[in-house]
Amino acid sequence: MDTPAKRPSSELGAPPARKGWRRFSSRARSSLGLYGGTSLVVGYLSIIVLIPIAAVAAHGFSFSIHTQGWGAAFWRWHLSTGFATFWNDITQPAAISAIRLSLWLSLSVAAINAVMGVAIAWVLVRDKFPGKWFLEAFIDLPFALPTIVVGVVLLFLYGTASPLKIDLFETWMGLMLALLFVTLPFSVRAVQPVLESLDGESEAAAKSLGAGGIRTFVWVVLPSLWPAVLGGFGLAFARAIGEFGSISLIAGGLGRTTTASNYIYNLTQGFLWTNAAAVSTALLVLSLLILIATNVFARRIQRRLA
Amino acid sequence: MRLVVVLYLGLLVGLPVGYLFIKAFSHGFHAFWVEVTKPDAIAALKLSAEVALIAVPVNTVVGIGAALMLARRKFFGSRALTLAFDIPVAVSPIIIGVALVLAYSRIGWFGSWLASHGIQILFSPIGIVMATMAVSLPYVLRSVLPVLIEVGKDQEDAARTLGAGAFRTFWQVTLPAIRWGVLYGVTLTIARTLGEFGAVLVVSGNITGKTQTLPIYIFDAWDQNFDTIGSFAGALVLASISIVALIILSTLRARERKLHVDLA
Repeated sequence: MDTPAKRPSSELGAPPARKGWRRFSSRARSSLGLYGGTSLVVGYLSIIVLIPIAAVAAHGFSFSIHTQGWGAAFWRWHLSTGFATFWNDITQPAAISAIRLSLWLSLSVAAINAVMGVAIAWVLVRDKFPGKWFLEAFIDLPFALPTIVVGVVLLFLYGTASPLKIDLFETWMGLMLALLFVTLPFSVRAVQPVLESLDGESEAAAKSLGAGGIRTFVWVVLPSLWPAVLGGFGLAFARAIGEFGSISLIAGGLGRTTTASNYIYNLTQGFLWTNAAAVSTALLVLSLLILIATNVFARRIQRRLA
Repeated sequence: MRLVVVLYLGLLVGLPVGYLFIKAFSHGFHAFWVEVTKPDAIAALKLSAEVALIAVPVNTVVGIGAALMLARRKFFGSRALTLAFDIPVAVSPIIIGVALVLAYSRIGWFGSWLASHGIQILFSPIGIVMATMAVSLPYVLRSVLPVLIEVGKDQEDAARTLGAGAFRTFWQVTLPAIRWGVLYGVTLTIARTLGEFGAVLVVSGNITGKTQTLPIYIFDAWDQNFDTIGSFAGALVLASISIVALIILSTLRARERKLHVDLA
């Protein structure tokens, strides 16, 4: 390292010009720093996220190195049998019904909160009333609250001993309520910044030309909001389809209220790790597809607007 | 519109959260205290704190380091790295747990090698720490990266030109500029760390008093022991912590407009 004291003061104005070995060594050091740092970060990421996720997919397709060893595994692995077990695992009636339940619940929850998210963001950005700051902080509460806390509270409030006499224990409505709760911040926070960035000039123009409030909203505001709404939809969906803590209690033990993540957990409790891996892989692919699809749509709309 | 929004938020979020605190006070503080000071509850609280003490600093250092690299340099694979950091928020915590088991437990890829070196991941605190690290990974990066890009490189360049070394530049120029972003990210990480349930449940094996974190204690008290009051008291502790975190977050956000919960 250069010590600051050694450097002549004449070099202070401009970056010191380095020649020959010094230039080479400084470049080498800076790229060494970058690559050293990058490999540390990538290494950490690999150990705690990437390798485990790869292990799930591999186990899902019965790609086992235990029986065959690392080298042979790649050569002897037959795609046909691996895929057959995978297909068999995810087409169990219980697995299908769990994935189907998760799918339709997540889609409808993301849709409901997409609508409510726009309304809430609209009120937060355009409306002024006392106590608005409270509402603003309120939005993040479901995000900050641990999911199991949500689960316990909802079960108290809407369980068999409900003080409101609303018993949603082991019903899809209970699940939906929990999912609406936990996905709310995603839908609102996706739309809010975009709404803030609109200057309101085109709205004023539309209104001055005689368009009513609703017409202005649908034809002027909504088009520029679509990408953000879709983004929020994708996030809420991804969160809902993977959610476990908040719904694990209110779902109870019935088959018809077992969501995909609940089903995977039940499999792990029976030590059926290969089945769990197969269903996990299916769920991973599903949520990835939805995330990619919403991203592509959002980008396409944005391009058309621009 | 305002009425609809307030009603929706009130019924969906306000009612359950309000009920939690009202019910807690109606039981009285003494009953609450008895529940929280049970040995199993204390053990769970302690384990949660220990896990947070390891996971939060590690993820903070990694997050700041990754943010510095991504903001200041363009390098091959930087986009892929950003995406990879987002995997834990896009993936179900249950799947993260299953993934860790299939990679590091006895039935997993590296299980036999780890076992021969006397390391047990499944049903042990190591697994809990790893699961927690995985799910709370992205938050510091996400909070620091936008601030770092916004602040720009000029001051750092000036410091370097004046002869400050890399470490001195970081401590005296970069870190002060991003301190609120870091604090924001750390608060999110702590909240997430203390509350993580699904991933930890799969890897921990749920051994009372040994591998139970506070969220798992809450779940177990309800699901296995039918101890609804105990579960409720635990939930109250966690909820209070997250409300404190929420207050910190919104104060920071009011201070710095750039900060927002980038949940994406």
